[in-house]
Amino acid sequence: MKAAVHIGGPASAGPDLQELLGLVARGDQNAFSQVYDAVGGSVLGLVRTVLRDPAQSEEVAQEVLLEIWRSAARYQPSRGSAMTWILTLAHRRAVDRVRSAQAATDRERRAALLERTPAYDEVTEQVDARLEREQVRRCLRALTELQHESVTLAYYRGLTYREVAELLSVPLGTVKTRLRDGLIRLRDCLGVCA
Amino acid sequence: MNTGDLHLLTGAYVLHALPPGEHADFERHLPGCPSCSEEVRELAATTGKLASAVAVVPPPVLKQRVMARVAAERQAPPVVPRQSRRGGTRRGRALSRFALAASVAAAATFGSVALWQYQEARDARDAAQRTEGRAADLASVLAAPDAKAVSGGFAKGATGTVVVSRTLDKAAFLASGLPNPPEGKVYQLWFADGGSMRSAGLMDVSGTTGAAVMEGPLDGASGIGITVEPAGGSAQPTSDPLALMTLPA
Ligand SMILES: [Zn+2]
Repeated sequence: MKAAVHIGGPASAGPDLQELLGLVARGDQNAFSQVYDAVGGSVLGLVRTVLRDPAQSEEVAQEVLLEIWRSAARYQPSRGSAMTWILTLAHRRAVDRVRSAQAATDRERRAALLERTPAYDEVTEQVDARLEREQVRRCLRALTELQHESVTLAYYRGLTYREVAELLSVPLGTVKTRLRDGLIRLRDCLGVCA
Repeated sequence: MNTGDLHLLTGAYVLHALPPGEHADFERHLPGCPSCSEEVRELAATTGKLASAVAVVPPPVLKQRVMARVAAERQAPPVVPRQSRRGGTRRGRALSRFALAASVAAAATFGSVALWQYQEARDARDAAQRTEGRAADLASVLAAPDAKAVSGGFAKGATGTVVVSRTLDKAAFLASGLPNPPEGKVYQLWFADGGSMRSAGLMDVSGTTGAAVMEGPLDGASGIGITVEPAGGSAQPTSDPLALMTLPA
């Protein structure tokens, strides 16, 4: 196993998101503005990666951010970091949207998937974010081909493991396992702490 | 599905790649399985890195839209609702007075007509009908068509919003995050008229939230203040104001 690459350490620099969420839960709009600055780019980037459509992505990102405002009081630190909570919510909403639109556009969507367009196109200019992106790419490259395909199709395209299995023509059980061991290898490569 | 299979679903679960049935099965399994719980925490944090890797610079207009909506959105009630207020229905309590003020503040600040503003105003009127007495007066100020508001932060994380309706010739003050006043003391509100302070009555604070319609007309008031005074209130402020806010034009 290669040495872990630590991205910003377990607690990232800048404003303490958990503390800010506590203020947001009490109606502090200024704290929310800081939360927005800290997570807005990742939320929009993730939603756009999953949905592709820019207008729809902004709409969903906006809903996610408002949901953070509304439900900040429900965040439970014991379940993970504030950033993880927010990005999990963003991914859930993006996936829900892509699946609700799926029935109508299933065929086009699969065609688009098969083109294998790169998942990341427009990226932030911030240096630390660019560094982080490079490290994630490096660690993704360290996965097996099947781990890499499975994880990115599920996460960046919002596919269920069943769809991943169909698309890659591998057994269901194999995909489930690759999603898990692929993420475990990523976790170790990135030095992620819960 | 047997338990052995369930342990393998941590990855698919954090990637939201499970169909609804298996997702529910796994969520039932999770609380009783410390190793899966730990793995889910770590793998979810890992997917967060995948999200950060595709971050973009959001267009500034997105933040403007979100912040405008934030000023209007009600928040989920805090997890520990303490004292129940007299006469308040569950629905009535969930609709925090502060959120109500914020919604009207936003409606006033972002003047153009939009559906949500109408809904917020209607909700405020509904709230007025559900409550009684002073609360109804409060709601009438908050819901006035010409209501304008300014918010500001003051001591130790507390925030205040003053809402003014020129047609009603009334102002309301709402505070959040205020501690209960010291033993034997009360919060008193004041209109600032030029150089002088005119009493606008006392404000009850229960559970860190206070809201009151200020007594008396606006007249020429240019601002409002809040002070801590001996029980019963004072004719003139006897302490430095905790906050002074300029009335919206
Ligand atoms: Zn388990």
